[in-house]
Amino acid sequence: MLAQRATQQSLRQLAASNPSMASQMVFKSFAVGSSLQTRPVATQKMTPADSYQILVAQRKNRPTSPHLTIYKPQMTWIPSALNRVTGSVLSGGFYVFGAAYLVSPLFGWHLDSASMAAAFGSLPVAAKVATKFAVAMPFTFHSFNGLRHLSWDLGKTFQNKTVITTGYVMLGVSTASALWLALFA
Amino acid sequence: MASVVSPSQTSTIKEPSHNPEAKTKTFHIYRWNPDEPSSKPRMQTYTLDLNKTGPMMLDALIRIKNEVDPTLTFRRSCREGICGSCAMNIDGVNTLACLCRIPTDTKQDTKIYPLPHTYVVKDIVPDLTQFYKQYKSIKPYLQHSAPAPDGKEYLQSKEERKKLDGLYECILCACCSTSCPSYWWNSEEYLGPAVLLQSYRWLADSRDEKKEERKAALDNSMSLYRCHTILNCSRTCPKGLNPGLAIAEIKKEMAF
Repeated sequence: MLAQRATQQSLRQLAASNPSMASQMVFKSFAVGSSLQTRPVATQKMTPADSYQILVAQRKNRPTSPHLTIYKPQMTWIPSALNRVTGSVLSGGFYVFGAAYLVSPLFGWHLDSASMAAAFGSLPVAAKVATKFAVAMPFTFHSFNGLRHLSWDLGKTFQNKTVITTGYVMLGVSTASALWLALFA
Repeated sequence: MASVVSPSQTSTIKEPSHNPEAKTKTFHIYRWNPDEPSSKPRMQTYTLDLNKTGPMMLDALIRIKNEVDPTLTFRRSCREGICGSCAMNIDGVNTLACLCRIPTDTKQDTKIYPLPHTYVVKDIVPDLTQFYKQYKSIKPYLQHSAPAPDGKEYLQSKEERKKLDGLYECILCACCSTSCPSYWWNSEEYLGPAVLLQSYRWLADSRDEKKEERKAALDNSMSLYRCHTILNCSRTCPKGLNPGLAIAEIKKEMAF
């Protein structure tokens, strides 16, 4: 663009100093301009209805931007997701065991307390602790995270720093209490 | 006739030499072109010398567009965090590119995506039509039937005005709404943190007379109560506002 403008300027100056050449010069400058001025983007006239059709067609092709896979793991949404997972596991487990206990006489399953205790007692110590921890951890996590939710429902502890601090405290307390339940209870 | 020019009066143009102190940073940027609808979105890699780049992510993007790849498409306007145009996902967190410093650690690559779970218009330009429609749906204006007593303006006390602090500053950049997993899965019906913060801005306004109608419009299972206090919204707000708290205040007002 700059070079083209400079050329036109000098041609104009020449034409001004030599009027007899003016007509020729004007033609030449026009020719130079049109040969250099290439526009890669063209516009076209279109009715609003037609352009709306193009928009509709384009919207059908639009991809959804990535979300869960690219969002940074943070003390906000990771415990929130785990809260739902642990809640589903706990309530689901409760319903499954309750239903199984209800129908156990029909199928001859031994789900009464005495035979359950005997079966659990025959396991090696490591398996006992691991099983108890696997049950205790979702329970403690969901319980202590529930306290954070109760506090939020009162409109309290909403500052970012507080949310992060209570998150780490909740993780620590629920892990420690789950370990205590697995080892000593 | 010998003409002698002293060396102090001459100048030499040196060849640009390789700068050993160049701080080369790698940027991976989401690309998708609507003119090639059959091709999938991809990540394109650019490298910049941070010594020649401004301090903010927006400076890097503008430099890439000006000097490396003019086809890179993004929205930007004010470059000072008041227009909300350059909202995008940078290194996994939604923020405004103009308010986000480029991390000077050149070993860490930076990844830039459009706002999460939005329809992509082109590259990092998201389609915010639904977001604006939802904003319109909450009637974001003062609703007052009688004319002002003095014929000019509705007055409020300093205390009443103070309730609007932390609400009126929202620039509707959509960073919070598109950071919310609940909004990702239910953006058709759930209003999302930004629009709910604006809802509360009018509920908290002492001059507004349509509080009951505003609350009634939110009183269903989707508009408001899809908020599960995940708090990605408050964490990500580039203006330091707290949409999570505003939503909690609405829930309290609805309950009591």
